[in-house]
Formats: sequence, C-alpha cells, structure tokens
Amino acid sequence: MKITGAQALMKCLKEQGVDVIFGFPGGAVIDIYDELLRNEDLTHVLVRHEQAAVHAADAYARVKGEVGVALVTSGPGATNTVTGIASAYCDSIPIVVFTGQVPTQLIGNDAFQEVDIVGITRPCTKHNYLVKDVNDLIPTIREAFHIARTGRPGPVLVDLPKDIVASMVNYTEPTGPVKMRTYRPTYEPHPGQIEKACKAIVKAKKPVIYAGGGVIASNASAELTELSHKLNIPVTMTLMGLGGFPGTDPLSMGMLGMHGTYYANMAVANCDLLIAVGARFDDRVTGRIDAFAPNAKIIHIDIDPSSISKNVGVDIPIVADCKHALAGINGWLKRNNALDQDGQLEKITPWLNEIREWKKKHPLGYVEETGVIKPQFVVQKLDELTGGNAIITTEVGQNQMWAAQFYHFNKPRTFMTSGGLGVMGYGLPAAIGAQMAAPGKTVIDIAGDGSIQMNIQELATARQYKCPVKIAILNNNYLGMVRQWQELFYDKKYSATPLDVAPDFVALAKAYGAVGLRATKPSEVEPVIKEALATDNTVIMDFVIAREEGVYPMVPAGKATTEMLLV
Amino acid sequence: MKHTISVLLQNKPGVLSRVTGLFSGRGFNIESLSVAQTLEPEVSCLTLVTSGEDNIIEQITKQLHKLIDVIKVTDMSETEYVEREMAIIRVKAEAGTRAEVLRVIDIFRGKVVDVSSKSYAVEITGNASKINAVIDILRPIGIQEIVKTGTIAMTRAKKA
Repeated sequence: MKITGAQALMKCLKEQGVDVIFGFPGGAVIDIYDELLRNEDLTHVLVRHEQAAVHAADAYARVKGEVGVALVTSGPGATNTVTGIASAYCDSIPIVVFTGQVPTQLIGNDAFQEVDIVGITRPCTKHNYLVKDVNDLIPTIREAFHIARTGRPGPVLVDLPKDIVASMVNYTEPTGPVKMRTYRPTYEPHPGQIEKACKAIVKAKKPVIYAGGGVIASNASAELTELSHKLNIPVTMTLMGLGGFPGTDPLSMGMLGMHGTYYANMAVANCDLLIAVGARFDDRVTGRIDAFAPNAKIIHIDIDPSSISKNVGVDIPIVADCKHALAGINGWLKRNNALDQDGQLEKITPWLNEIREWKKKHPLGYVEETGVIKPQFVVQKLDELTGGNAIITTEVGQNQMWAAQFYHFNKPRTFMTSGGLGVMGYGLPAAIGAQMAAPGKTVIDIAGDGSIQMNIQELATARQYKCPVKIAILNNNYLGMVRQWQELFYDKKYSATPLDVAPDFVALAKAYGAVGLRATKPSEVEPVIKEALATDNTVIMDFVIAREEGVYPMVPAGKATTEMLLV
Repeated sequence: MKHTISVLLQNKPGVLSRVTGLFSGRGFNIESLSVAQTLEPEVSCLTLVTSGEDNIIEQITKQLHKLIDVIKVTDMSETEYVEREMAIIRVKAEAGTRAEVLRVIDIFRGKVVDVSSKSYAVEITGNASKINAVIDILRPIGIQEIVKTGTIAMTRAKKA
C-alpha cells in the first residue's frame, strides 16, 4: 500500500499505541500537521514553547509507563527541545522526539531554519536518526520506539526532512518485534550473582536498600517491597526513586543524599550491606565518595552495565532489569528457606533501633514561626489534603527539595521531577503531560516563583486542554536555592538572586483565564488549598512564604554525607 | 597504561562522531585513531589507542558498548595481538646522505616511495616504538615532513 511519509508516521504512531502527541507546528512539519487533521484518534496538545512539549511528553511517559511523543519543526523548534531531551536522558525517560528538517537537497546549505539537530543531540539522546530515504522511514520509527522503551529507557530523536514526509512509501504491517544486530539489553540476572547477593543479604546485620528511578522504570515496587518486608530491611530512596517504596511505610527512611534525611544518611554511612537497586551513585547522593558507605559491601542492580562501578566500586554487580533481579532474589531466599523471619527480626532489631534513635534525634522538621507561612507546612498541608494521592510535579530548587522531603509518595509514577539535569521550568509542562495521562487525578506542580516563570506560558496550554492542574508557588521573591548557597558559603552576598520585579501571580492566572488564589498567613493555607482542589480549572496558589527559609538537612557539596547542616 | 581498543561498528553516517563525541564529552583521551570498512561493507573496524587507569578503561569499553551502532568492543591489551602503524617520512637525501638514508631504511625494512634530487620519501611500517626509532635516526640527517597513520591491530590466532 503506497502512502505518504506523513501518513506512514501516523500509522506507525498508532502501531506503538500512541494516543497523545505534544507539539508545535512549523514550516518543515506542515505536511505532518496537515495529516494530523485526518487522524482524530491522535490527540495533539499544542504547547506554547517546544521545550514544554518535551517535558510534557516526559511526564506523560512517567505516569503511563509508555513512550511519550513530541513533534516540532526544524531549526529553532528543534533546538528548543534540547533541554527537555537532555533532562529525559539524565532521568532515563522513554520519549521519541520528531523534528522537522529542511528538504534533503538543502541539508548542509545553511537553509532557512536548518540546524544539525542530530549532531546537536548526539550526546543527550540514547540514539538519534536522520531519515534520508523514505524507504527507511517506517523501520526507523519502529526502531526508535524500541530503543526508547527497552533496556535503560531514554530519549530518541528522529529528524524528518520535509521532502521525506511528502514522498510516497510502501507501508507494510510490522512482522514482529524489532530485532537489532547491535542492541540487545540484558534483562535476566546471572543466577550466580543472585546467589552471591542473597548470601550477602542473609549474612548482613545492618543492611540498607538504596532504591533509585530504575525501580519505577521497571515497575519493581512490589518486588522491592516484598524484599524489604520479608527481611525487615530499611529503604532509602533517591529523588528519582521516591514512590518506588511507600513513603509512609515504617521501613522507609525517605530520601538520602544532599537534602536527604539525617537518619537515611547515617544509616548508609553505618550499614554493612548496601543494596543499590536501579540507582547510579550520583554525586548528590554520595557526597564525598570515599566517605560513602565506607563499611559496606555493595550490591548493585542496574540494567546499564556502564552505571556499575562508575563512581563507587561495587562488590556484587547484577546487570539486569530491577524487577527480574529482585524477583530472582526473592525467589532464591524462598527456595533456600532463608526467610527464617523470627531469626532475621532478632538479628536486625538492634540495627532498626539504631536507625530509630537517629530518627528521634533529628527528625525531618522545621521551625515554626507565628504569622509566617513556612514552605514545608504548605507541602505537608498538600500531602494531608490530597491524602498523599496526588501526582506531584516540581520545578527545580528549594521547591523541589521541600516537595521531596515533606510529601509522602506511596505509589510509583506519582512524582515527576527533573532529577539529573535539574531543569527549572519542568514542573508546569510536566503537570500538563501528567494530567493528559491521568485525566481524573489531582495534579499539583510544586513551584518556586523563579522557576515557574521559565515556562509560565504553558498556562495557556493547560487552559486550552482543560487541564485542571494546581500550581502551588512557594513564593519567597528569591531564586531560593542559590540564595541559600550564597547565605551559607558566599558570605550572604546575594548576587542576582533577589527577584526584585515579580508578577502578580493572582492577576497573571486571571489573565490566562485560570484561577488565582493567595495565602499570606498560615491560617490561609488550608482554605486556599481546599478551594483550589475544589476548582475545576487551572489554579495558581501563591503562597507568600518565609523569605529566607532554607532546605535542611544539607550536605555541603564535596562533604561526607554525615557532615550535615541540620535545622 | 596504554590500551589498544578495537571496535566493530555499523558503517553509518555519524558513527565516528558518536565515538569521538563520547571521548571528548567524558574527558577520555584518544592518542590515535584509525577506521576503515571491513569485509562486510556495512561494518567498519575502528582501532583506537587510549590510556588510563583500569577503571577508566572499563568505563571506556562500557560506554562504547552502550552506543547503539557498536557491534563489538575488544580491549586488545587483554589478549595477544599484533599492531602496526605506517609512516611516510620525507628526508633530505643529497649526494652525501643518500647512501646513509638507504642503509637506515633497509635495516628497518622500509622502502623508498618517492624520489627527488634533494629528498627521499620513505615508507616504514611497524609498531610505534620502531617508527619512533627510525625517526630518531633520520632526524640528524634532516626530516622535512612526516605523516603517520593511527595504530591498527589484530588479535593473534589461537595456537592449535
């Protein structure tokens, strides 16, 4: 069957189960947009800036556990996606970004809106393609989705010259799963390594599970929870791992690392066995490398062999999908009757008591001040009033850390944040993407007054697609995280961090046809949140917070994680 | 320590740039690089020489593996292998020195590939230390120009 390249693209998207595309049109993709009109089963979300299309596709992918899709034009459309792509790459999020390109005969001519986006995105995509022959179009799209969703997931970019999508191509149904000569990720763990890991787990007196985003990517929460509960092993999570293990579980120690809890960092520093699951020993987690888990044997489960022993030497590496590896461990323990639960509990109780003491000594907290709204209080109220059941997105900075510390994520795929790259401006487009993926759910963007302005134009997108997302701005009139560093390490010299001119966010919400609410006193916080949650429209909640509140605990950069600055 | 790494990869546009971009982006160094098609036209073989501690070399091979277009990565240093470079050296060859130049390249089993009234261009193959030895000996005579290939390498066949 002969069809145009644009029609082939639509067919391929549907083959892949795509139903929502985030995008922005332009000259090089006008044929594709024309074709979209004839495909009403594909919802196109018109963003107001291409960066937002990628963040929205990223959050959509996280909520649904499927591949997110963005479509933009050539040149500036393509370059505007780079931040979003780099963020998805750092966080291992499966997305496919289609960029328009100038016609093949003009490539290399410095044509209007031409840019070598394949060259630009080579270091920040899992893989990318320039389709130069229409006969390669269909296999390339299928391969792109296959690469994005398998192995360690990640973004894939497909650059589509205008003449390619306008030419005719022979369409044939897919004959089976994509097979590639060079790319075959390892899913199944090596049984010998599983046995070694299990023996170490059974022997350990002070074990800690350190769970990262891989637990969520591989849908391994149930297996992780089973392992922890069977052996009473305490769990700490990375920013990307939050929700992978219930935050309200007695064995949860919350987040570790630079702004992790005192007790999680102390537990890691004192454990005799660290079980890293789908985490990559990022510098924000480890602090000074030689002081990280210095007495521990380390088991590391990761699907990406290059993550293993990259930053920290590992004793028992397991290259596998987290779900398969954890199931393997649980199975081995059961088969070998290693689950003498009474004996295990007796052995581990002193360790759990030690952690309990640390928790008692320095619980996660903040100092209340009368008449002033503390940002942590706002997050606690959001947690309470949504029953911990909302989908939370964040911007980047203090807002992100307070959200991570004070909201209890009990389920995977409920917390979306730009973890590795740390993109200010992620939260609002991500909230839209999350809302498109889960239309009935409460979606809240916990934002700062600085970062919300980096993609504020997306209020129009939220309104257009009737996304009733709630934006909670923790407004301190500062670029707060940088200000905090300046306060602590730069002699309180606040260079370029005060936001002297700020918009009136309530009026701004109204200008977009959204609802604006403001709280300036602690007593107004709850009514504002309640009103926002009851409103079937996009809402900005402007919380005027304690201006110079800091995020604590804090491990100064380059210090050991036990050297925390506390509240 | 120096490592010679051989990489089989898909012969597609941009593949070389993926490899070199990986090295520059992650701060690994490339001391020499050589790449050409294999018997299979859709597969290229790339040989590169790099140096670093064991953990760096481990990262290099893992990161190379991670590239979608890479078929196989072999760290030659873990096996028995032969390696060669080639140099073409233009050396001053006038009445008084011609015989000396010929003697030197004969000892190193090189050959003259271009002749003028004032110079010879000589071709030398061998491992890096042999080529450096030739250069050191020819230098006092007067080297005018040098071009060198990167290293190429092949593992030795298993002895029966």
